[in-house]
Amino acid sequence: MRLDFAYCWKMFLENWPMFWYGIKITVSFAIVGTIGGLIIGLIVGAIRGLPEDPLDKPWKKAIIKFFQAIAGFYIWVFRGTPMMVQALFIYYLLRPVFNWTPISAGMIIISINTGAYMAEIIRSGIQSIDRGQIEAAKSLGLSNYQAMMHIILPQAIKNTFPSIGNQLIVNIKDSCMLNAIAVTELYFQAVSVAGSQFRYIEVYFVTAILYLILTTGATALLNFAERKINKTSTVSHKDMSA
Amino acid sequence: MEQPIIEIRHLQKHFGDLHVLHDIDFNVNKGEVVTIIGSSGSGKSTLLRCINLLEIPDGGEIKFDKQNILDTKMDLGKYRSKMLMVFQSFNLFNNLSVLQNCMIGQTKVLKRSKEEAKQRAMAALKQVGMEAFANADSTRLSGGQKQRVAIARALCMDPEVLLFDEPTSALDPEMVGDVLDVMKSLAKQGLTMVIVTHEMQFAKDVSDRVIFMDKGVIAEQGNPNELFEHPKQERTRQFLSRFASSRQTEA
Repeated sequence: MRLDFAYCWKMFLENWPMFWYGIKITVSFAIVGTIGGLIIGLIVGAIRGLPEDPLDKPWKKAIIKFFQAIAGFYIWVFRGTPMMVQALFIYYLLRPVFNWTPISAGMIIISINTGAYMAEIIRSGIQSIDRGQIEAAKSLGLSNYQAMMHIILPQAIKNTFPSIGNQLIVNIKDSCMLNAIAVTELYFQAVSVAGSQFRYIEVYFVTAILYLILTTGATALLNFAERKINKTSTVSHKDMSA
Repeated sequence: MEQPIIEIRHLQKHFGDLHVLHDIDFNVNKGEVVTIIGSSGSGKSTLLRCINLLEIPDGGEIKFDKQNILDTKMDLGKYRSKMLMVFQSFNLFNNLSVLQNCMIGQTKVLKRSKEEAKQRAMAALKQVGMEAFANADSTRLSGGQKQRVAIARALCMDPEVLLFDEPTSALDPEMVGDVLDVMKSLAKQGLTMVIVTHEMQFAKDVSDRVIFMDKGVIAEQGNPNELFEHPKQERTRQFLSRFASSRQTEA
């Protein structure tokens, strides 16, 4: 058992086009999955976290309860099963209907999967907001929906930004499960290279380093964005001491 | 002629087994300043929150301009925008600037244009002495400044009634004066106000009528001089004397 660094480097340079292609696919899936998941999560999380209004009419309460039950079921299923199983099941189940490629199927599956986690993040963000914010919105005459869109969700997103960003890191790594439906992401490419070289240790060592570079870069980007978000919320003002 | 804008009849409210409001009856007339005093837990804040429907009464009637607001056909948003609440904990919207705080109700509920809303907001901020902070982040203000912005936010909606729920209780002592001054000037302009407060001197100075609540009922009401100087009820006397002695020990 021995790790040959010189060979690692040589193999990496020789197979760079393969790795590069995989990196591009992996990054695309991480970005699409995180953004798609965030959109799904905002809708599902807002439904789950909708504050109860005792003044709502019974039919309206029933409709809200119904959608909350569906949202709960979605989160239960997609957080409770591995993405690889979801990918295989959904890809083959719907292939006759959509006639889709692994890439388009994979992007939808990673978004739906991430959405379940995002929904829980958003819901916890909504619940962490002071009740007074909702009461003030209502006392101005804003509807539940307006309060959610203009007051609650913006604060929930800001407060949970670190957790939302964390899903990007998770998706960089977890997109490798989509190799099961032949999405040619970084891990899939690594398997191909390893198969042609018969040098598993070196190929997977290089692959691990590449993943580490991607996640480190994403972390740096998220930290930067977080600092930016915290800064824009404090509007600078000359007359603060007036 | 006295014209009641709010009429409350047989109002009841329970929190679980706790009977918070027993059969409350009173009117607020147009242009009147009514303060509600009483010890903690006497139901005064709950009463105020019922008027704005932040709490739903279990029984009785609340009429606003002769319309029963507990009627299910009532447009609640419209009603609430005429009857604004200023909270003990300010509740400025943390994600919005001072100016945006004052504009959102106008644009979303009253459907005013952005320009019009901005003008109205600046006028209201000027009225409370906060126009220099229009673009400031609302989370960066002191308590007294926040409460003045909260009052401006309510004023922008051109409400028919302002409800104040212990507006100075969360403030540092040196901030209380600023907020009370703003409220006094509003009272002078003839705004209808219902104020829950622990500031006895203020209640005495600005009110047309004082209501003393005890254990969920209106124990006594009357004009401020009479109620403070010659309380008719024993429990009013006890409350006021307790208050006077606690003031002395503080000083």
